[in-house]
Amino acid sequence: MAVPAKVLEVRGHKARVDFGGTVREVDVSLVDVRPGQYVLVHAGFAIQVLDERAAEEILRAWSEVLEAALGA
Amino acid sequence: MALDVVARFRDPELARRVVAKLAELAPEEPVRFCHVCGTHEWTISHYGIRSLLPEGVEVVAGPGCPVCIVPAREIDEAVKLALDGIVVATFGDMFRAPGTRMSLHQARAEGADVRVVYSVSDAVRMAREEPGRDFVFFAIGFETTAPSTAVEVLRRPPENLSFLVAHRLIPPAMEALVQMEDLAIRGFIAPGHVSTIIGAGAYKAFPKRYHMPVVVAGFEPLDVLIAIYMLLRQLKERVARLENEYTRAVRWEGNVRAREFMSRAFDVVDGAWRGLGVIGSSAFELKGHLKDHDARERYGVEVRGARDIPPGCRCHEIMVGRIYPTDCPLFMRACRPDKPVGPCMVSIEGTCRIWALQGGWEKL
Repeated sequence: MAVPAKVLEVRGHKARVDFGGTVREVDVSLVDVRPGQYVLVHAGFAIQVLDERAAEEILRAWSEVLEAALGA
Repeated sequence: MALDVVARFRDPELARRVVAKLAELAPEEPVRFCHVCGTHEWTISHYGIRSLLPEGVEVVAGPGCPVCIVPAREIDEAVKLALDGIVVATFGDMFRAPGTRMSLHQARAEGADVRVVYSVSDAVRMAREEPGRDFVFFAIGFETTAPSTAVEVLRRPPENLSFLVAHRLIPPAMEALVQMEDLAIRGFIAPGHVSTIIGAGAYKAFPKRYHMPVVVAGFEPLDVLIAIYMLLRQLKERVARLENEYTRAVRWEGNVRAREFMSRAFDVVDGAWRGLGVIGSSAFELKGHLKDHDARERYGVEVRGARDIPPGCRCHEIMVGRIYPTDCPLFMRACRPDKPVGPCMVSIEGTCRIWALQGGWEKL
């Protein structure tokens, strides 16, 4: 189980992150992050930086697939 | 905002349209896909995804629950350490997983000091705060969790803390499933969070060596539906490819820094999986120069006569997707969430517990 959170502040290998309202400190030794980015958090560690653009791309690609299907 | 983007993978209208699209790809003969992640099973059960699939498409749960697959022998080791007076710290779910004679929870009832932690770093902090006591962190979990153990092991943990490492690796387990021919798996939904660490590239052998389609998928309902669409499309085109649906979190190479931490801390060794036996190159153990912090070396833990599966329990068959929980005579009779018999009913990522709590199976 990993949960997305927004990075608020980075200090050394620790960062304060916001899980949609709940702020906690997590370890960021495994990633390169700056405030404003989103990370996936698992067991107190940020394990990956989320790529918002990639998410938008796949949604757009799917909307196109579905539009094409409707048009056919 | 990124969290809004995530929410759109739950959009019911978009999901309905993907479901309609799936029908176009209905296979000519029945096919079975397999996922290997407790969170995927939760999404599939919670959103009733099985009931939305075209006739003849089945999705089964493989050994994706990191608590369920820890062999009783390793829980017995943790229990023995705890009963010997060492403070054992581990994740919440592991606390109740049954060993041969007892769980860590039961060991605590007998006076042992067992502590539930959210992160390995909590165990490090506790050990620092109580230098007069010996601590063991019972390190379980797949590649998602192993990097955090590696970080703390390599960061010079306090002298009074050692690690009982029970991490396991997912791709070798998937390979073992492919070789169980009676399962007849025609494609894998690869686990998103494990893949954020190991990368989509970790599965490249499956299409090549076994002609087995693999799609790495996220955990929202739309992620899973799109992954099933991608698998069905591959079957229809008679190809086997490795595709990545979870592009927002999974890169081809994964998290390189996390992989480096793991390779500096651990050697890959053969590992036993509960009820499944030994799977080659599927476990981690601490590297030679870190053996000072290996609990097994430090305390010479020896346990005998471990028993993985209690009488009547069919967890080992449920864990590979050979049967559904409803095929087990104990399910929701002798074995329930409030009095679980096997590990699959204990863990929140266990298939039996997910089915018991999410319902929907009455109709299957």
